[in-house]
Amino acid sequence: MGSVLIVCEQKDGKLRSPTLNAITFGKKMAEVTGGSLLALVIGSGIGDAANEAAKYGVTKVIAVDDGGLARYMAETYAPVVVSVAKAQGADVVGATATTFGKDLMPRVAALLEAGMASDIAEVAGPKTFKRPMVAGNVIGVVEITTPVAVVTVRQTEFDAAQPGGSAPVENAAAGALDALGAEVLKLEEVANTRPDLSEAKVVVSGGRGMKSADNFKHLETLTDLLGGALGATRAACDAGMVPNDLQVGQTGKVVAPDLYIAIGISGAIQHLAGMKSSKVIVAINKDEEAPIFQVADYGLVGKWEDTLPTLIEKVKAIKG
Amino acid sequence: MKILVTVKRVPDPEQKVKLKGGVVDLTGMNFVVNPFDEYAVEAALRLTENAATSKHTGEVVVLSIGPKEASQQIRSCLAMGADRGIHITGNDDELDSEQVARLVAAVYAKEQPDLLLMGKQTVDGDNNQAAQLAAGYLGLPQACFACNVDLAADKKSITVGREVDAGVEFKKLPLPSVVTVDLRIVLPRAVKNNETPDTHKYAEGPRYASLKGIMQAKKKKIDAMDAAALGVSLAPRVKLNAIEAPPERQAGVKVESVDELIDKLQNEAKVL
Repeated sequence: MGSVLIVCEQKDGKLRSPTLNAITFGKKMAEVTGGSLLALVIGSGIGDAANEAAKYGVTKVIAVDDGGLARYMAETYAPVVVSVAKAQGADVVGATATTFGKDLMPRVAALLEAGMASDIAEVAGPKTFKRPMVAGNVIGVVEITTPVAVVTVRQTEFDAAQPGGSAPVENAAAGALDALGAEVLKLEEVANTRPDLSEAKVVVSGGRGMKSADNFKHLETLTDLLGGALGATRAACDAGMVPNDLQVGQTGKVVAPDLYIAIGISGAIQHLAGMKSSKVIVAINKDEEAPIFQVADYGLVGKWEDTLPTLIEKVKAIKG
Repeated sequence: MKILVTVKRVPDPEQKVKLKGGVVDLTGMNFVVNPFDEYAVEAALRLTENAATSKHTGEVVVLSIGPKEASQQIRSCLAMGADRGIHITGNDDELDSEQVARLVAAVYAKEQPDLLLMGKQTVDGDNNQAAQLAAGYLGLPQACFACNVDLAADKKSITVGREVDAGVEFKKLPLPSVVTVDLRIVLPRAVKNNETPDTHKYAEGPRYASLKGIMQAKKKKIDAMDAAALGVSLAPRVKLNAIEAPPERQAGVKVESVDELIDKLQNEAKVL
């Protein structure tokens, strides 16, 4: 039986937490296939990330540490994944569907001549997976027919792996690296003092109903009182009220916090697809027919202009 | 500069999707150009024009794989200003991303464009694979989820701002290469090509077809091709075995006031 290979994501030598959800997927997969579970860490100066990955119940960590891999690039990383997958006899290669996984894994599938299932929500068999399609309106049951299956997993549908055990770390050579002339010039990071959208316990989101970028300041106040992350609908991003990286939805980020507060959001299908796995959903909207109320645990019909200031005051009293 | 842009005919994402007998019920559905693909067409047009003089300085070829009705979507892109179309007829519901990527790669090999430009994902399949797969098959560099593109003056390279989890990553690629676009690519100053003055501010969003454009589109050429002629075999690597309804989330209660909401969140849901 072949092994399950999870491609870990690291940044500046630290393991990125979405990897832990892919490891949970890997454990489920290894139970189904009966194979071992391997974690692959790629980069430069990644000793810490490799040691960290070893703590979550995997059989073995493979580290490919090379100065030429300091910056992530699909062009150089995909062949490394492929050579490790072949050397280890992996029959499932998986990663979390972050922008890293989404960019890298199809290229890996191309080089492995493997079928790929994107953004899966459930393991339904050795090569069969369930995945949301059509903006989350339907769930497709897809079966991969090639010997090797490549998979990206929807972070919110798999719990983060818990620490347990310690696995050996094995080094593997990167081989010849060819970036095909491509080069990463720089990363402009969004200065964010708040938790990551996909990891926050509380998400406060605004939609077109917020009307302007200025009005989002009220949502920021509420967000910070709750120690949460700020989100927005595609409509609000499109309208330039907030940057696109705040977009929650099928084509943006998929979130599942303990508490999701939707304000001025009507509830377009593609937005609901990105947040309806949240534990508790609160909706404030002036239109009582808005679809958002069909998924909200607690709905308050009213203009945000009237209700939000009171809500902020009350939360301040509780949290203060 | 020659750009190959892919466009898919998809059910209008604004409509409610119904399941009937284990398949998506398409009766009475409107079909549109996949929104991300429409953005790719807009980006391709911006890359191949001088907006100040309204001069078209390159060639934009629109490729669609789909049923015969997909010619409507190709025409609408030609009406926006693309130069010609290629239509591979086929039932795209039965094609997986890999087959689509093989077909795109085959057309790429025939057309030899300087840039293969695609939407980051379709809004029906939601796979987000075809461009990366095609780049892999073609051995070309890739830049996915572009929010801005800057074409070098010598037209030999592009610098792409990519939407990544941490922010925007700037990646420089030699041409030819493969780029997929994200939402912000249609902002007023997202595309620079060293022909349109950098001070030019586009209207946000994909352009509307002018009446003149619509008339001209009728005369533009759409080449029909099929998979066999392109030498692509069509055995799927991923089979769609079934379609299920997603788990329903029950609507909760309406509260009358902020006080009641706070009370519920504290004492019932216990999340405050």
